[in-house]
Amino acid sequence: MKFAVVVFPGSNCDHDAHYAAQHVLGQQAEYIWHKETSLKGADVVILPGGFAHGDYLRTGAIARFSPIMAEVQKFAAVGGPVLGICNGFQVLLEAGLLPGAMLRNRSVKFQCEHVLIKVEQTDTPFTIACRPGQVLRIPIAHGEGNFYAEPHVLAQLERNRQVVFRYTNAEGVATDDSNPNGSVGNIAGLCNEQRNVVGLMPHPERACEMALGSADGLLLFESAVKAVSEGAFSTAKAVAAAR
Amino acid sequence: MTIGDEVVDRHGLTREEYQRIVDALKREPTLTELGIFSVMWSEHCSYKSSRVHLKTLPTTGPRVLQGPGENAGAVDIGDGLAAVFKIESHNHPSFIEPYQGAATGVGGIIRDIFTMGARPIALLNSLRFGPLDDPLVRRTFAGVVAGIAGYGNSIGIPTVGGEVAFDESYTGNPLVNVFCLGIAKHDEIIKGVASGAGNPVYYVGAKTGRDGIHGATMASAEFDEKSAEKRPAVQVGDPFMEKLLLEACLEVMKSDALVGIQDMGAAGLTCSTCEMGSRGGAGVDIDVSLVPQRETGMTPYEIMLSESQERMLMVVKRGREAEVERIFEKWDLHAVRVGEVTTDGKLRVRNRGEVVAEIPNPALTDDAPLYRRPMSEPTYIKDAQQLSLASLGKPPGALEAFRRVLGSPTVASKRWVYRQYDHMVRTNTLVLPGMGAGVVRLKGTRRALAMSVDCNGRFVYLDPYRGAQLAVAEAARNVACAGALPIGATNCLNFGNPEKPEIMWQFARAVEGMGAACRALDIPITGGNVSLYNETDGRAVLPTPVVGVVGVIEDASAVVQRAFRSQGDAVMLLGETRDELGGSEYLTVVHGLVRGRPPALDLTREAALYRVLAEGASSGLIRSAQDCSEGGLAITLAECCIGTGCGARVDIPVATPVAAGAFADISTLFSESSSRVIVSVNPDSEAEVRELAARHNVPVRRIGVVGGARIQVSIDGRSVIDESLGEIERIWNTAIEHYFEVARAIA
Repeated sequence: MKFAVVVFPGSNCDHDAHYAAQHVLGQQAEYIWHKETSLKGADVVILPGGFAHGDYLRTGAIARFSPIMAEVQKFAAVGGPVLGICNGFQVLLEAGLLPGAMLRNRSVKFQCEHVLIKVEQTDTPFTIACRPGQVLRIPIAHGEGNFYAEPHVLAQLERNRQVVFRYTNAEGVATDDSNPNGSVGNIAGLCNEQRNVVGLMPHPERACEMALGSADGLLLFESAVKAVSEGAFSTAKAVAAAR
Repeated sequence: MTIGDEVVDRHGLTREEYQRIVDALKREPTLTELGIFSVMWSEHCSYKSSRVHLKTLPTTGPRVLQGPGENAGAVDIGDGLAAVFKIESHNHPSFIEPYQGAATGVGGIIRDIFTMGARPIALLNSLRFGPLDDPLVRRTFAGVVAGIAGYGNSIGIPTVGGEVAFDESYTGNPLVNVFCLGIAKHDEIIKGVASGAGNPVYYVGAKTGRDGIHGATMASAEFDEKSAEKRPAVQVGDPFMEKLLLEACLEVMKSDALVGIQDMGAAGLTCSTCEMGSRGGAGVDIDVSLVPQRETGMTPYEIMLSESQERMLMVVKRGREAEVERIFEKWDLHAVRVGEVTTDGKLRVRNRGEVVAEIPNPALTDDAPLYRRPMSEPTYIKDAQQLSLASLGKPPGALEAFRRVLGSPTVASKRWVYRQYDHMVRTNTLVLPGMGAGVVRLKGTRRALAMSVDCNGRFVYLDPYRGAQLAVAEAARNVACAGALPIGATNCLNFGNPEKPEIMWQFARAVEGMGAACRALDIPITGGNVSLYNETDGRAVLPTPVVGVVGVIEDASAVVQRAFRSQGDAVMLLGETRDELGGSEYLTVVHGLVRGRPPALDLTREAALYRVLAEGASSGLIRSAQDCSEGGLAITLAECCIGTGCGARVDIPVATPVAAGAFADISTLFSESSSRVIVSVNPDSEAEVRELAARHNVPVRRIGVVGGARIQVSIDGRSVIDESLGEIERIWNTAIEHYFEVARAIA
């Protein structure tokens, strides 16, 4: 199966996502330049971390207008698995593929460190290989990861079980101490209502080998492989069929 | 137009230098030419005070692929790969505008690396500030760290380590030195040369504005109360533009359509044109009216001297223009042809065709003034080297001293700093900041690289020759502790005003010491940077020759970190503790003194220590290693325990020769004797480690065992420190944060 890694100008975790998919997991991976208009038959799309277009305006605000995003929208609409990591998550929010917005971290500083997140939902293409409630050790690296959604949106997210990851302590309890950036409800990652589009602030691609301190992030990539091979989520072929 | 004395003065040139310009041109210069000469002959660009000394440094060796003179040095690291690295200062701009000054410092050194055809993969920094109880210092410190983070994080190059120290002398003149390392294949290294008459010269990157005009001249003068007025001479960075330039340039370099490339750093378009021409023995003819401009009405003088960031100059092979332009278009950058290479060896600058400057390139580069400035041993030295412990009265108890040194910002955790840097992007970082030297793996090989930047300015102040040697040794030892063989170095020499004979003496002695150490340890210096005039209101900073050392680890899976790993492991000390409190962190923190002789250094012993560490790491005998530096054995032991949940119980012999009565314990715990490392080993391999050390003639002693949740230290069987790990971690982790929290509480 094939991962597409979208490259925006200013993406800087594109290499890392590509490496995790291709070298650690042994799957095919291909870079897709943001000006392209085809996902080239990919089964899974990753929007990587970085500072797309410099993020001088609002994170992800310009990237959503890149030509490739129309294809990502279509791919998502027919159920293709899409993962937005960090800046990729911010792009998904701006593109309206996921609800909510990002504020600056409550520390008002960029923060890079390992955090713990609990897997709350395992019926998404990026978590089906996880145990429900499993606590993962994965790094964050962001200045604007303080997730915010209006109360009624938040209530809907909870009701629909769209909160996929939460910052917690080692026991899986979402405490204030375990919340690195002030995100409402300790939310670290979300999915859409159809559950095929997932965004999270932590960087699973940085936690795919023990040599780097943790291999917990590999579970997200393994989930994608499992989901696609079991046909649980439609692939690029479905996109083609839908046209 | 004739140039008056006042105009010459304003350009920071002496009357004699002006006469040399007239002699070189055989006529009076135009104002544009005067501007060009003034920046190229500034201390920052010409190294006119330092060059005679720098020439004595060892710069060659079997692994050296590129020594000084190019944008960065390069050493062979096996597999046909080269490590391309350099360190550079951005001290003066960072004092005037901390965020942008530091950010553009990062941008500048990154450009130096990718200009060589290397992909940058790691950053380090070496920072110096005044004491944190000064609110202005806190503002500078916070601004510098945020600036480094803002630029490095955005461009996606991890900051994997560094050092920060605090001392009164840096209050009005912080030091911001940034190191960058990149990787290139041997045959893909690109140089900053212009050659081939008729080849087009291209300008690419950000547009030129009026920012940074005379930045190089500013960096070549002392500060005074009017320095804040120099703010327009600081540039503003755009890491997004640099990221585009980086990717586009690396793509163009793969095409072999390039002849040469150089970034526009200090002295901007001026420096890049004449240096490229000079290296290639060619001339460069450009028309400034073709240069993309951000502001209207800019004069040729301003365009040539602007230090706007994120700009590159390239010489492209004739006939390959379209190919190169296409690559830049892909990245939404516009490469603009601004001139061509000529055969006459001159820098010719035109404005809409009309020649406004015409200068032989060598007059700006190789034939720039060189000074053998007068030197004299500073009067302070003889007195400052005298240290009488007896006159200090009764020292505090060992535990109290331990707690105070542990909480000194220079010693304590730098988490507040490195948490703001993305240190993991590119997924190569094997050793996280705070855990030892920076270590990154090289994907596609079995190898990893370790790197460290170090200098103890107090040691250099007290004895520049030995202090500089100790800086080399500390950086190399840090790299060796990770299991690496040190193979190359770069330096950033931060000193005061070289026109003062006492400063020049410090500089010359430090360079001599550095050269001697590098020769003895077989670590060539492949390039670097000199930053002089680090003075405010006539007071110089501590002389701070920062050394960056790079080492190769053959097996990336055998990397060693600082922290103890298992309860029950044996704690061993490589090296010996002597009664050497001179210049120590203890003396400064507890007694407010910078006094005495810095620790002795036996370079043969030091080199042998590296061999023990390398063999011990590759054979798996050594499970953790941490070198003893600021704070001595007591602090090193704490560093081995912090963050691991493992305490330790050790018994150490009193320092020899036995220190003056009341200070015997203090000296044993806090002496900063060189060539010492605390390692932990499996108890079963203790004998093997003894044998390994003996083979290399390095003293070794088992001093205790890893275990429990306390740090318990005794001297010859008598308990002197017994403290819980939790309390030790609290002091160490909160020392820097504390200053910001207190400030917030007061506000």
